[in-house]
Amino acid sequence: MSVLFILIGISTLVAAIFLIAFLWSVSNGQYDDDYTPSVRMLFDNEPESKKTTLKEKKTTKKNAV
Amino acid sequence: MTNCYHCGDDCITLIIEGDKNFCCQGCRQVYLLLNENNLCSYYNFDKNPGIKVKGKFASERFAYLEDESVIEKLISFRSDTQTNVTFSLPQMHCSSCIFLLENLHRINEGIISSQTNFQRKEVFISFNEKMISLRKVVELLAFIGYEPFISLNDSKEKKGIKFDRKQLYKIGIAGFCFSNIMMLSFPEYFSHGAIDEQGLKQTFSWLIFGLSLPVLFYSASAIFKSAFKGLQQKNINIDVPLALAIVITFVRSYYEIISGTGAGYLDSGTGIIFFILIGRWFQNKTYDALTFDRDYHSYFPLGVTVLKKGKEENIPATKLEMGDYIIIKNEEMVPADSLLTEGSAYIDYSFVSGENNPVPINKGEIIYAGGKQIGTSLQLQVIKKPSQSYITQLWNNEIFGQTKNAATSFIHPWSRYFTGALFLVAFCAAAFWYFHDPSKIWPVVTAVLIVACPCSLLLSATFTFGNMVRIFGKNQLYLKNANVIETLAGIDTIVFDKTGTLTETNLGDLHYTGIDLSITDKSFIKKVTAQSSHTLSKLINSSFVTNEIEQELPEINSFEEHAGKGIAAIINQVPIKVGAANFLDEKMHVSANNGSRVYVMIDHATKGFFEIKNKYRPGIKDLVNDLKKANYELHVVSGDNAAEKERLEQIFTSTTTLNFNTSPQKKLDYIKRLQAEGKKVLMIGDGLNDAGALMQSDAGIAVSNNAARFTPACDAIIDGDAVQKTAQFMDFAKAGKKVVGAGFALSILYNVVGLSFAVQGRLDPVVAAVLMPASSISIVGLASLLSSFIGKRKKL
Repeated sequence: MSVLFILIGISTLVAAIFLIAFLWSVSNGQYDDDYTPSVRMLFDNEPESKKTTLKEKKTTKKNAV
Repeated sequence: MTNCYHCGDDCITLIIEGDKNFCCQGCRQVYLLLNENNLCSYYNFDKNPGIKVKGKFASERFAYLEDESVIEKLISFRSDTQTNVTFSLPQMHCSSCIFLLENLHRINEGIISSQTNFQRKEVFISFNEKMISLRKVVELLAFIGYEPFISLNDSKEKKGIKFDRKQLYKIGIAGFCFSNIMMLSFPEYFSHGAIDEQGLKQTFSWLIFGLSLPVLFYSASAIFKSAFKGLQQKNINIDVPLALAIVITFVRSYYEIISGTGAGYLDSGTGIIFFILIGRWFQNKTYDALTFDRDYHSYFPLGVTVLKKGKEENIPATKLEMGDYIIIKNEEMVPADSLLTEGSAYIDYSFVSGENNPVPINKGEIIYAGGKQIGTSLQLQVIKKPSQSYITQLWNNEIFGQTKNAATSFIHPWSRYFTGALFLVAFCAAAFWYFHDPSKIWPVVTAVLIVACPCSLLLSATFTFGNMVRIFGKNQLYLKNANVIETLAGIDTIVFDKTGTLTETNLGDLHYTGIDLSITDKSFIKKVTAQSSHTLSKLINSSFVTNEIEQELPEINSFEEHAGKGIAAIINQVPIKVGAANFLDEKMHVSANNGSRVYVMIDHATKGFFEIKNKYRPGIKDLVNDLKKANYELHVVSGDNAAEKERLEQIFTSTTTLNFNTSPQKKLDYIKRLQAEGKKVLMIGDGLNDAGALMQSDAGIAVSNNAARFTPACDAIIDGDAVQKTAQFMDFAKAGKKVVGAGFALSILYNVVGLSFAVQGRLDPVVAAVLMPASSISIVGLASLLSSFIGKRKKL
């Protein structure tokens, strides 16, 4: 039956790991806002490279004026 | 009618850009900006997500944001390369908003990053001050339709209010300890306390002992603190019996474990604490984005243009001194009581008094703070500081000094009776055992106090009300906290404000009565009214929008505006007069009946008059009937004149008291009088003129067409469209109280069972461990399901 001692130790340890994970996630701010991230992940990352072309456009516009 | 691609409004005047239609230049400009920065996916997440920018904001409007002391107040962090600021943006309403606001850095390179919190309606922006100033950031936000709500008063506190993480820590730890203690207690239950291996039993006991400590000292700390505070004020709140039960449970359990006489009741004890914490967390979920305690500061302009040595200068309104000369432009609000020194003033006090019609002010007369100028710029001399103005005096009323006494919850007396009864049972049991087996007195008494914990009473209330707050919220009635439900349930008198509460907006529909107007007549009127900035003129002007009229717009020969009276003009040699009755014909008298009418005279013949009729919210008539059926006493107090009396009487019938021309102070006094008669008063109103009444009433509900914006201090905020559901809300609040009662009954049933074991001295930890979660869970289930069910039945 002494194997129980080890098992109890392990089970409590596993539970404690989950507790620590939970506490960490709270302190990390993961529960501060439970809505916005769910929307944010749906936004596509559009290529930023277009920006440079736009900038060029802007400058040409200015020159034209 | 085509809809605007940006904001979805009907396009009255169509502006076409590429293949997209826009209703106004503002919308088109925003679209162009987004298009230029490749941000057009803004329009993909939601249909017509844009916010109509109502007119261009004055260029100097945000000039006060250059004042160093203002900047200091707003920002939360500043270094050479980065400055952080958090703004509250009440207009945030959909996923497109989130997309746009998180991509601000693509519009302006000075913005490093931005992150939104949708539920709090906040955006956190970090920017580089070398590349973009705070003022420019705010102007950018305002340009794209998200003008931040800036208040210099609560900005300091706001930084302090952060999401309460402590509560979650406590729940997490309590849950962890509770579940592990439960698991470690199982062998004890199944072996009836006879575990063969001695070492094992002791290990279990001591592990349980250790696990219970953080629950007692950390998780439960708030309960003890509140109980201690209650005792200090000689007030037995619900936490006192609760704390007592917890202490007794833990002390007895520790005694048993240390002395090796038993296993204790720590599983039940920690379980109680865990459930209570969850209940409180559930109940305390509030509407972060709404503010329920705004005072006049939030309404008044933050920046003012001051004339100093002939130069215009922008300063924060708080720095305004007596004797300063200030400039007030069109549509701007006067921040302090002042004398008119230059310009023709036409002041709209609707915000302060609820009165619809703007009034003319002559040079040398006083303009009170809160009035809005309509027309050209004015120069004023400040005669009182903003804090001592006429309107702000309302806040000097003592009622604003005290925090509203939350009606003592009916749970508290119940818990007191409960505790009393409990002690009686314990005493009787002790007396009985004194004669039969004195050694059992101590275990029996403690067992009684352990098993009959008032926590189930508490759970029934927290979960019912917590769930109801959510149901109300779904129906656009946002309660300040759960206590408001109980107050609502006790209401017997309802006082309505008229303008903005019963009626749809401040301005109503325009009606014309008289001889039919020809197209020429209409074009004359349109032309004349276009010259004036009077609200009524503007309204009449915008009501004529057909192409025929546009084509025939004639040349105007002469034009003269008599402030507060009307306009006289000559077009094509035809004299035209538009204005009040006595302006056209001196024999006609201005009375309450025709006070808000605009008469038209073309070529010396009176054609007829325009009149603004208030547009009542749909369903008001039914609402009044329902409320009357439910035996509520109804009152109407309006700051406006009695022009609408007849129509209101049709809605309310003669049993309702209608009051007109009621000043903010009179409204407050009116509520006070009703309360003095022993009535429990609910005030429903909007705007600053109701602020006093909302505060004085037992429950004040502020009506807002845009829930996150501009509501005076109140107990609840209701969306304009939901006003017609008031009768259902009141009904639901009453039903909620009954649900709590049902929960009480169930918990008492459990207590009787538990007590019957306890008084016999047979309360095994197993019994306690079964009863406790069974009662908690079934009560939580009953409370949530029943309240949801009733909500559905009442179509909420």
